[in-house]
Amino acid sequence: MSSTAVSVPATDDRDRRIPFGAARDIYAITQRNLIAYRRVPQLLVFSTIQPVIFVLMFRYVFGGAITLRGLPYPYVDFLMPGIFTQTVVFGAIATAIGLSTDVKSGLMERFHSLPMARSAVLAGRTMADLIRNVFVVVLMMVVGFLVGWRIHTNVFGLISGALLVMLFAYAMSWVFATVGLAVGDPETAQAAAFPVLAPLVFASSAFVQVESMPAWLQVFARNQPVSVTVSAVRALVNGGPTAIYVEHSLAWCIGILVVFAPIAVRLYRRAV
Amino acid sequence: MTSNAIVVEDLHKRFGDVEALAGIDLEVAEGTVFGLLGPNGAGKTTAVRVLATVLQPDGGRAEVLGYDVVRQPEAVRRRIGLAGQYAAVDPNLTGRENLRMVGLLAQLVRSRILPRAAELLERFDLTSAADRPLRTYSGGMRRRLDIAASLMQRPPVLFLDEPTTGLDITSRNELWEMIRELVNEGTTVLLTTQYLEEADRLAGRIAVVDEGRVIANDTPEALKSQLGSTVVEMDVRGNGRAHDAVRVLSVRLSDRVEQEGERIRITSERGADVLIEALRILDDQGMAPDALTVREPSLDDVFLALTGHHAEDKQEDKQPELATSKGGAA
Ligand SMILES: Nc1ncnc2c1ncn2[C@@H]1O[C@H](COP(=O)(O)OP(=O)(O)OP(=O)(O)O)[C@@H](O)[C@H]1O
Ligand SMILES: [Mg+2]
Repeated sequence: MSSTAVSVPATDDRDRRIPFGAARDIYAITQRNLIAYRRVPQLLVFSTIQPVIFVLMFRYVFGGAITLRGLPYPYVDFLMPGIFTQTVVFGAIATAIGLSTDVKSGLMERFHSLPMARSAVLAGRTMADLIRNVFVVVLMMVVGFLVGWRIHTNVFGLISGALLVMLFAYAMSWVFATVGLAVGDPETAQAAAFPVLAPLVFASSAFVQVESMPAWLQVFARNQPVSVTVSAVRALVNGGPTAIYVEHSLAWCIGILVVFAPIAVRLYRRAV
Repeated sequence: MTSNAIVVEDLHKRFGDVEALAGIDLEVAEGTVFGLLGPNGAGKTTAVRVLATVLQPDGGRAEVLGYDVVRQPEAVRRRIGLAGQYAAVDPNLTGRENLRMVGLLAQLVRSRILPRAAELLERFDLTSAADRPLRTYSGGMRRRLDIAASLMQRPPVLFLDEPTTGLDITSRNELWEMIRELVNEGTTVLLTTQYLEEADRLAGRIAVVDEGRVIANDTPEALKSQLGSTVVEMDVRGNGRAHDAVRVLSVRLSDRVEQEGERIRITSERGADVLIEALRILDDQGMAPDALTVREPSLDDVFLALTGHHAEDKQEDKQPELATSKGGAA
């Protein structure tokens, strides 16, 4: 039985390379995800309303009952760096929802059959989520200013703080890219995320001082990535020793990326 | 002699305990339509996914236009279009935006993308809906857009996984027409279907797949000649009456007569004549069927002829009560 395909595999017009093809693929996927955020405003509204409520609640309801020890600034200035960080942490669930929706809808099957850069789906998704985070965090800053938030350092401190929040957001996006691809179903991804995120956000220095917690919890609450990042941003906008927190937070971000990006890429290759 | 666009040899794929592909061999000649016909779970989608480089096989070999799907996936991807079983489109993008995205990802030159999208939208009768998000499309419109997307890069080899499932008759006929046009232009099409009629209408060759194996590979004419052109089914209820009826019918008819419980199935080449004759024979015996169906052979009949079991049956009951009395069972 002769069973080789007879057409001679010759490189032809179809094998031409588009210059910067991978960048173009990432652009195509990023744009498609951003269009979805624009066209389904519920997604954005949902991810902005929750932090706005948190600002109002902690500023006006709980804030009065929370006493800060040894800090030279009001509670709202303590709160806002926590708000920025918790916003991007909860917002990262969107990465899991987006990717698992693509798996479920069969879009991954199409992507796998196209001659596109292998990295584009994940890079484009996390890029779109980063852009969304910029938008949401800027919005939260405006809300912060409206409720009396003041910066005690300078514009440079504010920008560095914002960049750090963005880097942390990007790292968290890769954690949730992994979650989304692993579960392959948006409802499951959402249900799986909250029990993990709640302790990270609430057993942290985002809303209260770690010193007010029981001793056994303090060890965790002081060193986990959310607290470290919040502390770093706080130092950048409110003053005080920054280097130690910033270094610590950068280490977490890089560590998270180094661990989760390869896992997510592996899972993506298998996701159909 | 024509060359083969697709060559598959001893292809294996396993998911846990399920052997989705248990050694498939196929050859698809360039510029033809090849039908993969099989019931749910036969392995059709798995085979298409391996050929479209979406899934890695566990063993065996597959080539598309001379490129190995495992070792040269990039070259394969530049030459294929895939319309999967479930429309793979972004519900939040418009039809045009979906096609544009696929055009970018298919590495088309930018200036050719929007003209090509417009051309396909026109061809699939979606121009008026082109700038609406897909969420607002009907199932059939989505399906058409999905197929349009698979054609963005003018693929010489096209995979269509159950392309007409969920389409109404008009859309289905239009799609069949379009597939014929593509083939006239030189495209090789591999399509899967659960309907013998569809494979018969479109494909030059059909492979019948069951439990990950090819159990028949022939032209539609040859497959159908084993089946006859007409299937008459009669229910004759009551104690042993069906058995009596089968006995008389198989003596006096030259066609294949089978019994399955209280159902009698006659498979014939003679069109509706066989019905009249069968009823006359029964009438002579003072018998009349309680229910009666006349139809064309279905996938299930192909299965029954090839395997002796129904398409839906699984391993547990491979010996149904089936008494073939006469005729050319496979
Ligand atoms: N990703 C997967 N994980 C586990 N099992 C799978 C997977 N994909 C397919 N299978 C199993 O492999 C077998 C073949 O499935 P496949 O989807 O190829 O069948 P099919 O012929 O396309 O059926 P249908 O007509 O229902 O689409 C089935 O038993 C199915 O359950
Ligand atoms: Mg299938």
